[in-house]
Amino acid sequence: MRSFLLQAPAVSLLLLWMLVPLCMTLWFSFQRYNLLNPMISGFAGVDNYTYLLTDPALWTAMGNTLLLVGWVLAITVVGGTLLAVLFQQEFFGRGIARLLVIAPFFIMPTVSALIWKNMMMHPVNGVLAWLFNLFGFQAVDWFSSLPLTSIIIIVSWEWLPFALLILLTAIQSLDDDQVEAARMDGAGPIAIFWFITLPHLKRAISVVIMIEMIFLLTIFAEIFVTTSGGPGLASTNLAYLIYIRALLDFDVGGASAGGVIAIVLANIVAIFLIRTVARHLET
Amino acid sequence: MHSSITKKLAITLLAWAIALVVFFPIFWMILTGFKTEGEAVATPPSLFFEPTLSGYHEVMARADYVKFAINSVVVSLGSTLLALLIAVPAAYSMAFLPTPRTRGTLLWMLSTKMLPPVGVLMPIYLLFRDLGLLDSLSGLIVIYMLMNLPIVVWMLYTFFKDVPKDILEAGRMDGAGTLQEVLYLLVPLTLPGIASTGLLSVILSWNEAFWSLNLTTSSAAPLTAFIASFSSPEGLFWAKLSAASTMAIAPILILGWMTQKQMVRGLTFGAVK
Repeated sequence: MRSFLLQAPAVSLLLLWMLVPLCMTLWFSFQRYNLLNPMISGFAGVDNYTYLLTDPALWTAMGNTLLLVGWVLAITVVGGTLLAVLFQQEFFGRGIARLLVIAPFFIMPTVSALIWKNMMMHPVNGVLAWLFNLFGFQAVDWFSSLPLTSIIIIVSWEWLPFALLILLTAIQSLDDDQVEAARMDGAGPIAIFWFITLPHLKRAISVVIMIEMIFLLTIFAEIFVTTSGGPGLASTNLAYLIYIRALLDFDVGGASAGGVIAIVLANIVAIFLIRTVARHLET
Repeated sequence: MHSSITKKLAITLLAWAIALVVFFPIFWMILTGFKTEGEAVATPPSLFFEPTLSGYHEVMARADYVKFAINSVVVSLGSTLLALLIAVPAAYSMAFLPTPRTRGTLLWMLSTKMLPPVGVLMPIYLLFRDLGLLDSLSGLIVIYMLMNLPIVVWMLYTFFKDVPKDILEAGRMDGAGTLQEVLYLLVPLTLPGIASTGLLSVILSWNEAFWSLNLTTSSAAPLTAFIASFSSPEGLFWAKLSAASTMAIAPILILGWMTQKQMVRGLTFGAVK
């Protein structure tokens, strides 16, 4: 009873926070509802869904979402694993070097996006343009010619430190004696990495992948600040498409149908994450 | 012996090179904040220049910068204190009075983090509009509190679990009620854990951009939204943008560095130790 009362505020607030918007989103997704035109109203059946699912924009956005998530995951997980092995070694000034390399994770997304957009990737005055010219290459106009790639670079830069931070923590629990024994048996560094380090990191890597997926599926600020989803729909992901429908077109019904699709996608990921965490939860 | 020195040198150089490349955009932004607007856009980029505080002076001279900064402080501290207030009793009961349902409750709380914000943007926007909470600090505080509550409960739970039950039982023998037990025994014992939980919540709230961009316009906008406004033609003023950004990230970067170890626990829900 006491336990129930102590948990009641947290549980009831979270329950409300989950159920009320979820039910409203579901309800709206079956309604004709546009904030700009109150004349449009009533039950829409599955119209919002058929409209959305037959709209090429949705599939472009889905494709972009998958490309964004896939590439950022590949870059951050592979890079994070290799960097964790490197930064685990003892070397001069390791503490400070570690601080520098994890810093991007703490930078607010709107700041990261603007530094990259202006100071790094600016086609004329950016550092990258200067470097390209220095080595005799043509400077790239990142956001108009490679919009999605530019977003992938920025987001990877933000999330690589996250992967590194988690994997570095995990690698520290690796048993030194085991590594030493393997070395005695004549295993080279690559064999040790492949047969000892990597299996040891398996759980941490799966946690990193799942947590990143939850955040990467709904990347928003970086797109909002840099390309606004453009040119055309070239860098619009699912989150940004829903935002356009919701707060630029004020199409509540259509946006909600998009929201339901986003929720379904996220939950597929969530099931795996919760299983992994549950396995390691001793109460 | 010789080869081990070479190896060590190679590792040092490689690791430092990577660290400097990764940190470079931040370093460049901090540097640009001390340039004049002319030097900020110079090609080739100027590494050596007469540092000036004019960018900072201009940003601070805008009456609204301080307002945005205060909004960020109020919202992140407010939501964190509220979250701690609600989470401490819940985590206490989960750690010390577990029932068969505790495990399920913990996992369910984690699952609420899986609800993508875009999925509920529309209802929250309409609810806020009807309740008059759009562009209000209290609305943002409530959203951030709910956003962080599961993480805060989880982190506190993992810290509370480490406290030996005997200590609390001894207190109860001496006649302490639940409130005294929590206030005089549990909180002092786990203060470092509570502090790092609070810091993680502050960091997450401070950097949050989705809700702040969509639910605030001017009066309640925190620094994330203010910085985003530089993406308009105003973004041409790089020195000012850099000065404003440096001030916006400095406190969080330092807090993040200080709590990096404990953050791993919170960010992975205790699944990686």
